Amino acid sequence: MRVELDEPKCVAAGQCVVVAPEVFDQRDEDGVAVVLEEHPAAELLDSVREAVAVCPAAAIRLAEL
Amino acid sequence: MSTATDQTQPNDGTELPDFPGTRSPRCPFDPPPVQAGWRRADGLTQVRLGNGHIAWAVTRYDDVKQLLGDPRLSADGHRYPQLMETQRHGQPQAFPRMDDPEHSRIRRTLTGEFTVKRVEAMRPHVRSLVNRFLEEMIAAGSPADLVRAYALPIPSLVISLLLGVPYDDHTFFQTRSATLMRKGTPQEERQAASGELFGYLLDLVKRKEREPGDDLISRLITERVVTGELTHHDVAMNSMVILHAGHETTANMIALGTLALLENPRQAARIRDTDDPKVVAGAVEELLRYLTIAQDMLVRVATEDIIVGDHLVREGEMLVSGLPSANRDVVFETADALDFDRDARGHVAFGHGVHQCLGQSLARVELQEALPALLRRLPDLRLAVPLEEVRFRHDMVVYGVHELPVAW
Repeated sequence: MRVELDEPKCVAAGQCVVVAPEVFDQRDEDGVAVVLEEHPAAELLDSVREAVAVCPAAAIRLAEL
Repeated sequence: MSTATDQTQPNDGTELPDFPGTRSPRCPFDPPPVQAGWRRADGLTQVRLGNGHIAWAVTRYDDVKQLLGDPRLSADGHRYPQLMETQRHGQPQAFPRMDDPEHSRIRRTLTGEFTVKRVEAMRPHVRSLVNRFLEEMIAAGSPADLVRAYALPIPSLVISLLLGVPYDDHTFFQTRSATLMRKGTPQEERQAASGELFGYLLDLVKRKEREPGDDLISRLITERVVTGELTHHDVAMNSMVILHAGHETTANMIALGTLALLENPRQAARIRDTDDPKVVAGAVEELLRYLTIAQDMLVRVATEDIIVGDHLVREGEMLVSGLPSANRDVVFETADALDFDRDARGHVAFGHGVHQCLGQSLARVELQEALPALLRRLPDLRLAVPLEEVRFRHDMVVYGVHELPVAW
């Protein structure tokens, strides 16, 4: 599974960092999300799915490889 | 689909129900019961807003999320003046009343100030303010008005320091802010309050240009005005939005959250008796969901015909999102109960879509600090008047309590 972030869509709400801090961070200058783990370990996938669900801008996708 | 056209009969609004409706005095934490009826019956319902405009009330969770995330809905107050509660002169548009791409351009000059990392770095400072106001309240003696002594000064001081607004001026900006938040304020009074607040902030921006400090307004000047990204007027308007939104909302969540905890002592004990920040964080999410204080602010206009379920929303028609109702929808099991065992993340208390609350991470930190500290320091905290005597903010855009008399 691969985490895909549509950066221009990101509104820097920070919800992904709250639910999946191992996978997401935010850029200091504008808060736009950064993917730390493009291929997260299996035990992190639930939190990534939650990040996908709570993202207000629908900017995150979890793609099947 | 066959009923779609039936729902948009011309209507002068005289027959339509009022939005948001009246809350039940017996259930002051619940949205107006009429909204639960709309949510179960039809999803979208035509209503009349407080300012007389006709709108579609959106009361289901899925509809609210879908519509607030739909770029065919506009928040642009310049293009659609019916979205503006206050007709402003000589002021730029505030970014919550803009659409992308301009909205995003302005918002991204501010988002770096409200990242999870940045507000976590502010947590020790928030904690020290919480303790300071708590000790001052206790020193002044029981009973106290929790709003004036605790709930309002904490977020008001936090946002003042962040922006670089002198807290000594708090009476000035709190009264103007309250005037703008009161639903029935006449247009003339609104314009005066808005003009005074804007003028005050524009003067401050010019002062900070001469003597920059370590604060948001100064950074916007030195990093964004010099590059031509923002004008002085833009900085003053952004500051006004943040100042305005930054203390009213959190203050009401602290006060109404406290009251909800006093009325639900078993849930309160869960927060008081834990040292696990995750339990506190989860409880705060549930309080945000359960109370959803943004009761009457999320209006949009359809920029083209949109079909929602069985309804056709025509180009130019208004929509209003009932966030309190959406957060009580069946997607949350036993949604009308305050339950800290629930995973409430995914609630729409901060809205949804590109305009979702800019300051949500800061609000979370403030609530995570203010609520447990109060319960732990004052385990005998109780309401000092019968619940029926508490004055709830039915008349304000943001729900809560006008005063909260407490004793210990």
